[in-house]
Amino acid sequence: MTVDRLIRRMLRAYVVIALGFVFVPIVISFIFSFNSDRFPTLPLGSFSTEWYEAIFSEGQVPVAFRTSLIVGGAVALLSTFIGFAAAYTDFRYRFFGKSVYMSLALLPPTIPVLILGLTMLMFLSRVSLVGEIHSVVIAHVVFCMPFAMALIRLRLSQMDPDLERAAWNLGASSWRAMLGVIVPFALPAILSALFLTAAVSFDEFMIAFFVGGVNETVPVRVLNMMQGQVSPRINAVGSLVFAISMTLVIVAQFLLMMRRPGRPMLRRT
Amino acid sequence: MIRRQARRFQGAPQDSAASSTASHRQGRAPLKPDGYALFWGSPLALWQGLFFLAPLAFLVLMSFWSVKNFRLEPDLTGANWVGMWRKGYVVDTYVRTLGYGALAAVVSSLIAFPASYALAFKTSAATRRLGIFLLITPFFTSYTVRIYSWQGVLSDDGILNALFGYVGIGPVAMLNTLFGTVIGYLTLCLPLVILLQLFSLSNVDRSLIEAAHNLGCGRIRTVILVIIPSAKVGLILAATFAFILSFGDFVSPVSLGGSKPPTLSILIVDTVKQGNHWPRAAVIAVTMVVTLIVVAFTALYFAYAHRRARS
Repeated sequence: MTVDRLIRRMLRAYVVIALGFVFVPIVISFIFSFNSDRFPTLPLGSFSTEWYEAIFSEGQVPVAFRTSLIVGGAVALLSTFIGFAAAYTDFRYRFFGKSVYMSLALLPPTIPVLILGLTMLMFLSRVSLVGEIHSVVIAHVVFCMPFAMALIRLRLSQMDPDLERAAWNLGASSWRAMLGVIVPFALPAILSALFLTAAVSFDEFMIAFFVGGVNETVPVRVLNMMQGQVSPRINAVGSLVFAISMTLVIVAQFLLMMRRPGRPMLRRT
Repeated sequence: MIRRQARRFQGAPQDSAASSTASHRQGRAPLKPDGYALFWGSPLALWQGLFFLAPLAFLVLMSFWSVKNFRLEPDLTGANWVGMWRKGYVVDTYVRTLGYGALAAVVSSLIAFPASYALAFKTSAATRRLGIFLLITPFFTSYTVRIYSWQGVLSDDGILNALFGYVGIGPVAMLNTLFGTVIGYLTLCLPLVILLQLFSLSNVDRSLIEAAHNLGCGRIRTVILVIIPSAKVGLILAATFAFILSFGDFVSPVSLGGSKPPTLSILIVDTVKQGNHWPRAAVIAVTMVVTLIVVAFTALYFAYAHRRARS
């Protein structure tokens, strides 16, 4: 029994170490964003908010935040709508070539972002859609939509298809049943898909770097700062992005857990 | 070729049957192309067709174009393909990148397994939920910022070497080495690999494990003979994702590995920068996409091989 306990302790310690590895860069970035020294090393200098002040006095970072917010909002709306439509189509219909259709919704995240960015740049520049804010939106929707689709599809799979049928039998049109049955049921997933896709877009840098031209989003600005010189401003931007993304994710998580409308409507599992 | 296709056809209905037996029983409506169905069905096809499939097709096409006086010209030449693959360093880089991807898959799977095993079997449900939450968090921090942070940890006058200095070791060169690159790959893959392993381990039938224990099977033997085979699908998928992510990664080999020796991603960027040779970059990109698709399908085939044979 004591051996069991020992093994259990060691495994738990291992989990802590593994999580430690994952969080080391995040925590260090946060700490050094408040450190007065220019170079990240020990011992620490004094507490300072100068790097945060620096990024807000430097014109490019606030502009990048604005670009990121516009892109994130547009991407969230578009990819959640397309993701919902695809998830519903998969839920309700069967048709020839469906596996090809669904692979369109699942493949993009498996292609390296470098190649996606490069390919998008090659193609969008041919059709004169490159270097604008909407170029980033177009490319990001391709990449973010699968996350929305997966999330909403998961929610729909908890629904009994007979519910929609019951609505039809009671005289509702397809559209009425959609608004009265499907959308309310999927609403928590729809809301969390909005926040999740916004967060994914907010973090994506490679595609935005290629197709955005001078319209830098926040992570692209970070990338460009990294190619310049060592600067704790990167840590400050990173910590801000982290705070914003985590807020989005926690709100999404909260929305997903908060409303479980019609628990009895769930299919028995 | 024909046999492989036949096998895929056999596989398909079973895979979908497994995932949606319930909805098949209740019968999914066949698609009638009325306005309603088109409204919901077409956005995905239109958007991904226009902005995903068309760019990919264009990428393939462009790999056959030519460059004259730094200008792209539509063409149908195999010169880029032959030219690139005749260069020794391209082949070397291809093999190296495959090796890096495989290394990342193996290392992250091995490092992840004890953690996911512990979370699946040795912790309470509340701890597991906390663990899952903590593992999802990194996806929402900027990957570039995390790599920048590692630079400060690993560099010669960085944090780790400062700590080593206190106990009289070092400085140890970690930045711009393969070690640095692997740390970057782990930063990218480890949370996802632990999560995927954890989900598949959570689905292992507990009574199987108890049965093994009751029959006198030791701890390690139970892990190897009962738990790993039962969770095989998830373990293979996790390793495959680690391979896919690392194979295509650009940031870690540049910022932590020092770009030397290069990977395929670095080669693509260099090819574009030097002489604006987009068609050659397209050759590498198409090669990478094809490689990833082959690897993904091979992994899926092995992951589900046993299941298929049984049914």
